[in-house]
Parts: sequence; structure tokens; C-alpha cells
Amino acid sequence: MWSFSKISKLIDSWLSVNFSSTWTMVIEMVIAGIAVITLFALLGLVLVLMERRVAAWIQIRLGPNRVGPGGMLQSLADTLKLLVKEGMTPDGADKFLFNLAPFIAMIVAMLLMAPIAFASNFQLWDLNIGVLYVTAISSLMVISILMAGWASNNKYSLMGAMRSGAQIVSYELSAGLSIMSIVVLSGSLNLNEIIQSQADGWWLFKGHIPVVIAFIIFIIAVTAETNRAPFDLAEAESELTAGFHTEYSGMKFALFFLAEYINVFIVCAIGATLFLGGWMPFHIGHWQAFNHVMDFIPSSIWFFGKTFFLIFLIMWFRWTFPRLRIDQLLDLEWKYLLPISMFNILLITLMAILGWHF
Amino acid sequence: MIEEIASTADGNIILNLGPQHPATHGVLHLVITINGETIQKVEPHLGYIHRSIEKMCESLTYRQFIYVTSRMDYLSSHINNHACALCVEKGLQIEIPSRSQVIRVLMDELTRIASHELWWGAMAMDLGAFTPFFHAFREREAINDIMEETCGARLTMNYMVPGGVMQDIHPNFQRRVKEFITLFKSKVGEYNELVTGNIIFQNRMKGVGNLSAADAISFGCTGPTARGSGVSCDIRKLYPYEIYEKLDFEEILESDGDSFARYMVRVREMSQSISIIEQLIDNIPEGDFQAKTKAVLKLPKGEFYQRVETARGDFGVYIVSEGGTTPYRIKYRSPGFSNLSALDHMARGSKLGDLVAMMGTLDLVIPDIDR
Amino acid sequence: MTIEALKEKITALFPAVTFEEGGQWPTVLVEPTDWHRMAGILRQNDALYFDYLFCLTCIDWKTHLTMVYHLDSTNYRHNLVVKVNLLKMNPAIETVSDIWQTANFHEREVYEMFGVNFLHHPDLRLLILPDGWEGKHPLLKDFEDPINMIKL
Repeated sequence: MWSFSKISKLIDSWLSVNFSSTWTMVIEMVIAGIAVITLFALLGLVLVLMERRVAAWIQIRLGPNRVGPGGMLQSLADTLKLLVKEGMTPDGADKFLFNLAPFIAMIVAMLLMAPIAFASNFQLWDLNIGVLYVTAISSLMVISILMAGWASNNKYSLMGAMRSGAQIVSYELSAGLSIMSIVVLSGSLNLNEIIQSQADGWWLFKGHIPVVIAFIIFIIAVTAETNRAPFDLAEAESELTAGFHTEYSGMKFALFFLAEYINVFIVCAIGATLFLGGWMPFHIGHWQAFNHVMDFIPSSIWFFGKTFFLIFLIMWFRWTFPRLRIDQLLDLEWKYLLPISMFNILLITLMAILGWHF
Repeated sequence: MIEEIASTADGNIILNLGPQHPATHGVLHLVITINGETIQKVEPHLGYIHRSIEKMCESLTYRQFIYVTSRMDYLSSHINNHACALCVEKGLQIEIPSRSQVIRVLMDELTRIASHELWWGAMAMDLGAFTPFFHAFREREAINDIMEETCGARLTMNYMVPGGVMQDIHPNFQRRVKEFITLFKSKVGEYNELVTGNIIFQNRMKGVGNLSAADAISFGCTGPTARGSGVSCDIRKLYPYEIYEKLDFEEILESDGDSFARYMVRVREMSQSISIIEQLIDNIPEGDFQAKTKAVLKLPKGEFYQRVETARGDFGVYIVSEGGTTPYRIKYRSPGFSNLSALDHMARGSKLGDLVAMMGTLDLVIPDIDR
Repeated sequence: MTIEALKEKITALFPAVTFEEGGQWPTVLVEPTDWHRMAGILRQNDALYFDYLFCLTCIDWKTHLTMVYHLDSTNYRHNLVVKVNLLKMNPAIETVSDIWQTANFHEREVYEMFGVNFLHHPDLRLLILPDGWEGKHPLLKDFEDPINMIKL
């Protein structure tokens, strides 16, 4: 049957027949780079449209449905608009940092694509410390935000950036601890091994209550990390103060905007991989017949299905809850989520040692 | 929307919360002096929508001036018109037929619900939840459709005349209002779950913007703003007009004095208005919808004051007449004017993020304040 | 308190005032110099307790101005209307914003619309009219604006 891994193997064998091994590698890297950039562009378009359609569905109205069949070309129109806008740099801004910040945001997002397994045997880089790599690189996101706020030479951008920075750094702790809980249970940092360990059922079901708690904390923490509502003080605080990306317009703003949606995709992909099994179909224990039936659905569909379900969940939050104030937000993390996560990870360690999971 | 004007010597910054707002408050310009995150002083700058209505009314006849008041507090347009019509009737000393009294009260209560619905949606949107806005407008559309059928317009309805109402109600009116009542009752539980019961909303509104009862009275606050602090000031109960004495409804009072109390007062008032409508909708008496009045009205020499309860509070119409066909002086005592003067007092010492919650619960409509 | 009892009490406390006839509510006429003291007593006195000033306005009678104060009591629910006659040239009166804080905004509005100077007002400046408004006070009867006003 058709699958991503078969296609990649075909390309690889064809290339190694026709070129020497160094050239094969170079060409493969170029193809991978192009594929990632295409994926970015596609994801950006799809997610923006999805956000608007989901928002409209929750708000009992229709979303964009004029541009293209069913509104599919709406994001393309938006991108064209952003491309032709004038990109202004404020007067006293630090030019180098101002221009660099959106690119750092994109670079971080691209780097995070590397270890994610989109389908079985289809990964850019199968490194044995996948989880650590992801947690470490995602922390670099804060740098681009602080850079943007500082370089704008605008007191309110700076304030917004600092608040956003404080928010991201705090919530990384809870997110990290939730990720740790899966690492403890599966015994490995390698993403492939984590997925393989879910061959007899996803960790969300195998690990019952403590893993469910970890999952809930993970979802809350990543919503805060990506500056999405109800934690979107930094971007939607245009009621009172402008966010860190006010002074950006045109293509640079488009890069920030895109980077935000890609970040949402990535954290949902990580969540799907760790808690919901990544590309592993829905297996129940050792029920061979059931598992065999589930295997018929291609693994890439499983992966994207789960990721988009989590993305829908995060979008649902945005249109349901009001915004938290900055002090309430930080209270939530330091006084509630962090103690619960720490207690939870103790529970999970106990569970792993004593084998009290399925 | 926000620009830094100046930085004074003691570390205070002056912010403009500009005349253009993302929410439906209207054109209010607040100059806020803050120190870090804490507000030191809030100064409203008014007049962006001042249309000199009081001066205009001095050259309009007693039949014409009523409709200018719809443009003041446009969310309670029927109630404003009602106040003017009652004041003129007080001067002319005419009796209004009971059918038109009942119709007027029904229109008033429907308007009150519509105004509170819009307030609720806009308040939720100010705090960051965008969805309740659409839900609120869905119900408001039902009321607007009813108004459109009977009065001919959806926002500034121009329906009350001295002596009664301009036209009889549409034959569909009773049926549609009953449908609306059923619709509304099924939604109130949803609203309470979605917004009122949401812990994020409660945290953003509880303890924010405290107004004590003594301060509320001193600042002249009325309506839900004062009732949230425990001050009993519902004109429908204290100085009843039309048929409010015969109706069975409660005055909602909350004692906390914070934003959440004011919020709960308005939400509960909507249910009280529904119960008033229910009491009346099946008992509209037969008869004339308008008392016979002369074509050109002349009020006798003297002064007349009428107070009514709009969705925002105590609205007063003060007519000074010299016996002519136009009033000598009209003063409109708008509830928003006094409610706004309490904002400075409430906001001192709060954080900047709380100001939005406070303004939302004051329910300001700026054309009402600027006249 | 009934209207008669109210009138008696007020005459007892302030012998110098006169009552006007024919209003909806008992109306007293006060001298401008007496007003502030009387306002304080109206507010503080336990039997009267007029703590709610619900309307503050001014009427231009071409020969003189009249300030009108409408008072209400949240305890007893009796109403009183106080009128103070002012001269047309340089009208001035004591502020009552220290007694009823709602008067702050209302007096600013009367100041800009009629030109009444409120002595000891904490912040007397334009409220609704644009900053830098030069010219006469709009609500006076002899206000002329050839561009915007249409004389019928």
C-alpha cells in the first residue's frame, strides 16, 4: 500500500543508483528542506483557514466562504495582502535585532520539525534524545519574542514582550514535567521508541489517571506557551497595550503570524506523539484482530488526525474562555499547575516502578 | 489606541484610552495617569458626540422633541421617549387609556432586555471571550424583529407620543413575544453556565471596582451600578409610573459593590423583565391606543419633571415651559453622566487590566452622557 | 415626611427662605450667599437627610439666571427643589461638590454652558465643549452662531 516511507525509500534508492553517496545526501537534504518549507506554507494556509472556520462554527455563523470553493483560497489572499504591505521599521529601532527576530521564530519552528515522526519510518532525524531536543529548542522561542519587544523601541512592545516572556518561561516547567511523565513510563527519550511502546495502546489509556492529569496539564501549558487564548495577553491586549509584534508589518508580521500557527501545530504534534501514540493506530492490548483492522488506516492519517484533533481543542479554548490577567495567569502556573505536576510525576514514577499501568 | 503622552517627574505616565474603542461603549476618551501598573487618576474627556440636544429642543415643538431623545441612550430608546411623553402628559394633564399604558410598559421591558443583552455580549467581548457576543445578538435580533414589525424601526423606534402610542400593535405581536419568552428562558441557563459560572470571568470581576453604598449615592449613581452596591433606587418601585404599581416584580439588590455584583444585578434584571412581560402579554386590555390630543400642544406655564428607570438608571426629563408651543428650557438628567463620575473614584489604585472590567459593568453609552 | 411637615421643618431651620407655589415638589428660593450653609444642613440633618442630588441645572431668564437643584432622600423618599437666583453679569455661587460629589460634573457642565462661576470648585474647566472653546456660553438665550444655528 502507498505510504510515505515507501516513497522516501524509492527516492533514496533511485538517487543512490544515479549519484555518488555525498551527492545523494546533499540532494536528499535539499529535498527535505523544500518539503519542510512546503509543509510550513501548506500548514500555515490550512491552519489559518481552520481557525476562522472553527471560530465561525462556534459563533453560529459561516466563516470565509467567498474566496475559492468553500473559502479555501482565503489564506492565499491574506498572504498576498501581507506580502504587498509596506514593511516599516520604526525610527529608533535596533535594525539588526528588529529584522532578525521573525527569522529566529521561523528557524526555531523549522528546527522543531526534525524529530517529529509524521508516519511510520518517516522522520527527518531519528535522534536518540528526541524529547530533550524538542524541549530545549522550544525554549529558544522566548528569545525571538524578547528580541522583537526590545528592538521595537516602544515601551509598550517591551512590556508586552516581557509579560509574554514571563508567561512562556513559567509554563515551560509544567509542560516539561508532563513530558517527563511519558519519558518515565516508556523509559526512553527517543521519539520512535516512545511510539513503539504504544503499540499495545496509547499512553493516555494505558497510564490511566496520572497520565490523564499530565495530559490536561500539558494542554494547558502549551496553550500558554504558544500565547493562545485564554492566555493571549501578549497579542490580544490591544484593548490596552500593544503586543510585542505591533511595530511589525508586511512580510515580517506574516512570519510571526505563521510561526505562531506552526508552533501550535508542533506542540500538538508532540502531544499527539507522546500521549496519543503518534502514527500508531488505535490498538487495544493484544486484541490481534482489532489491531489488524486498525492497521489498515495509513499511519500518516492517524498522525495528522490526532494532531488536528488537538489543534481543534486548542482553537475551541480560544473562542470559549475569556482572557486571564497577567497575575492570575502566573498564579495559575506557580501555585496550582506546578505543584500538581510535581506530585503527579512522583505518582507516575511510582506507577512505572511498580508496574501499575496497563 | 494607546500612546504615551508624557512622563511626569514622579514616574507617572499619562496614557490615552482613545476615543476609538474596540467595544461598543462609544467615543469615550479617558486620560489615565498610571504609575507602573497602578492607576493614579482617570479623567474622562467628553464631548466627542455632543449634539447640543438641549439647545435644539428649545426650538422643537412638544411633539417633535421626543424623538431626539431616542438618539441619546439609543439602547433604551423606548424608555427615553416614554419619559418625555409622560412629562408632556403631566403638563397637559391628560389621561392615557389603559391599553396604551400596557403597550408602553411592554415595549419598555423588551427594550430593557435588549439593552442588557447587548451589554452582556459587549462585556464578555471586553474580557476576551468573543462567542457570547454572537449569542447575545441572536436574542437581540428576535427583539429587533418584533420592534420592526410594530414600530417600523430596529434601533430608534419613535413610537411613543403624548397621549399614548403612535400605532396599535401588530396582530403578530403577542404571538412573537410569547415565542421570544420561550426562546429566552431556554437560553438563560446557557448564559449562566457559559459566562457567569466561568471561573475566569468570576476572577476578573470579583473584588474589582469597589463602590460603597454611600459613595454610590453621593456620586449620584443609579440603576444597576448603584443596586450592585445595595442602594435601592429603582424608580419603577419608588416612584411608580404607568402601571408598575400593579405589577409583581422584584428589585434586584446585591451588597458586594464590586463588578461581579453589578453584573449579577443586570443578569437577574433580565429575568425580572421577562416575568413582567409574561404578566402583561395575555392581558392587554382593549381600547384606544392613543388619547385624543390637540394637534398643536401647548404646555401651561410651569415646570415638570418626570423620572423613569432606563436600563442604565434614573433618567429625568425637566421641562420649563413659558406657555408656548416649544419648551423654554429642557434638561435631560442622564444616568450615564453620574455613573461616569464614579469611575475615577472606583479605578484609583486598581491595575490597568481591571479598568476594562469596571467600564464594562458601568454600562456606559456615551451619546447618553454627551447629549 | 409629608409635604406640610417638610415645609414646616425647612421654615424652622432656615427662616429666610421663601416657598414657590405650583410645583410638583416643594420648591424653595434661597439667596446665593446662604446656599452652601443650607446645603450642608440639608445633607446632614437627621430628619431631612437629603443625600441624593439628582439634578443640577440652570435656567436663563434673560434678566437673571436661576440655579435649580433637585434633592431626594434615600431614607425618607421626600423631594425638594431649591432655586437660587443669580445675576446675569458675572454669576457666581458656592460649589456643593464637597457635599454631593455628583455636583462635580454637573457644575462643570453649567459653568461651560451658562458661565456660572462656582467658587471653590476643585476642577472647574470645560467638560463637554472642546478644549480651547472661545466664545459665549452656548445655552444662554443670547448665544449667536451664524453658521450653525438656524433661526426659524
